[in-house]
Order: sequence, then structure tokens, then C-alpha cells
Amino acid sequence: MAATVKYDEVTVGQAIPAVEFPVHRVDLVKYAGASGDFNPIHWNERFAKSVGLPDVIAHGMFTMAQGGRFVTDWAGDPAAVVDYGVRFSSMVVVPDDDKGAVITVSGIVEEKLEDKRVVVVLTAKSGDSRVLSKARAIVQLS
Amino acid sequence: MALNRDFVGRAYTAPTPYEVSRVKIKEFATAIGDTNPIYVDRAAAAEAGHPDVVAPPTFPIVFSLASAGEAFADPELGLNYAMVVHGEQRFEYQRPIYAGDQLICTSTITEIRSVGRNEFLTVQGDVTTPEGELVCRTYNVIVERGGAA
Repeated sequence: MAATVKYDEVTVGQAIPAVEFPVHRVDLVKYAGASGDFNPIHWNERFAKSVGLPDVIAHGMFTMAQGGRFVTDWAGDPAAVVDYGVRFSSMVVVPDDDKGAVITVSGIVEEKLEDKRVVVVLTAKSGDSRVLSKARAIVQLS
Repeated sequence: MALNRDFVGRAYTAPTPYEVSRVKIKEFATAIGDTNPIYVDRAAAAEAGHPDVVAPPTFPIVFSLASAGEAFADPELGLNYAMVVHGEQRFEYQRPIYAGDQLICTSTITEIRSVGRNEFLTVQGDVTTPEGELVCRTYNVIVERGGAA
């Protein structure tokens, strides 16, 4: 495994700049197919509203995957992510228009561990809502 | 309706191993919008020191809930799937997942609890090779909205 980020060059409190990940309805359809999660709340507005949701919502796992992209892009090697966990604190509502939704992810190096590992804490927002909480990855650096 | 607490401790193992394919990894990476070549290009993966293309960190969701799905669909559990949202998820890796891996997931319902009007159900998945090597452990919390009302 070869993360491009070097442990010795990382400091606690270091910010990892925010990245915006757009989400459109078609992304949810693709994610449903690839993941096998065909729950209609993720693609059927009529159904989503019938169970009390404001509109179609993104799969929590789609949002988690965007946080994963953020960390693996930073680390330089996806295999460097040795532990990754999140709590889904709010829904990402994806309207049926040209804009869709945007998930904005940023990170902070919270702790340096032994064996050249670090803890990265993520913040993920859509609009004014924090869509992930307790989002935390342990990354094996070089 | 409250979930049936008798299900706590029950374990479900997939009858056959899940075969991780390059095509499925590519499909999954494309669906999450990730263009990292280590997911699709064997040469790029080899350059980073990997025996084959690597699966994205959240990839085990593709197969890790299949065996627990049997429990979720059991009428005795009393889960209304239309009201289910995802509460928490975690992946804890012993090593990366590669194309060509044969993986068996054993899912255990470790907890069912009520929080306010909602029911929370936790599933732990132990992902191993057929030889018994632990590759990854997954933790999944689903929330049934209104289930405890």
C-alpha cells in the first residue's frame, strides 16, 4: 500500500480542503443498480412522499461513498483507508431538476496514531444540513 | 410494531462465497463517480503495490447485507421495510479487498433497541475468505421510523 501522503508531513489539526460532490437523480439510479439497494425512496418520488419523506433522498451509502472518495483522493491510495465509519444524521434530498443536490465534504486530521496511521474526521453537508456525523476514517500513511 | 428481540444473537451466513470481480468493482466505482485508476486499471493497481484492482472502501455493502436480508424479510422480525432508513455504517479492514477474492459474510444481529419512536437494529458482518482469513468487519445500523410507536 502506498499512500502518497507522508505521516511525518501531517500535523494534528491540519485541514483537508472541502470538495463538492453533485448528486442528480440519475446518480441514485446508477447507485441502486451497482449496490443492489432498490428501495424506492431513492428513485420514486411518489413512493417517497407516501412514506412521509419530503422527496426522493440519496442512499446514505452514496453519501458515505462520497466521503470515502474524499479520503482516498487525499491519501492517494484507496487501500490506505483501513477503517471508515459514519452516522447518517440528516437526509440528502435530491429534487428532480437540473441542479439536483450537492454534498460538500471537508476534513481535519484529528489524531496521529502509531504505525503511521492518522484519524481523519469528516464534515459532510448538503445545503444547511450536516448529513454525516461521527464520520471518521483511519488512514495508513507512508 | 416493536421488533422481535428474539432475533438478537441470530447469525446468518451466505450459502456461497461472493466472488469479487473487476467488472463489479468498475461498475461500483463508476456509480459513486470515482475515477481513481486503482479501481479499474490493473497496471495502476500494480504500481501502487496491489495484486489486482482494489475495491472502494464502501464496496462490501454490495454483498455484506445479503445474508441479513433473510432476517429482515422474516415476518417474525416485524420489520416494515418501507420505513427503514440507514442509521450508521462502518467498515474495519484487516486488508484491502481485491478483484478475485472469494468472500463469505456472516451477519449477526447484535442489538435491537428503541430510541424515541424509532427502532434501531445493529448487524455485525464478519467478512472472511473460505479459508477463514478475516478480511473486513462491517457494522450496520438500520432505523425503522415509527417502529417503536
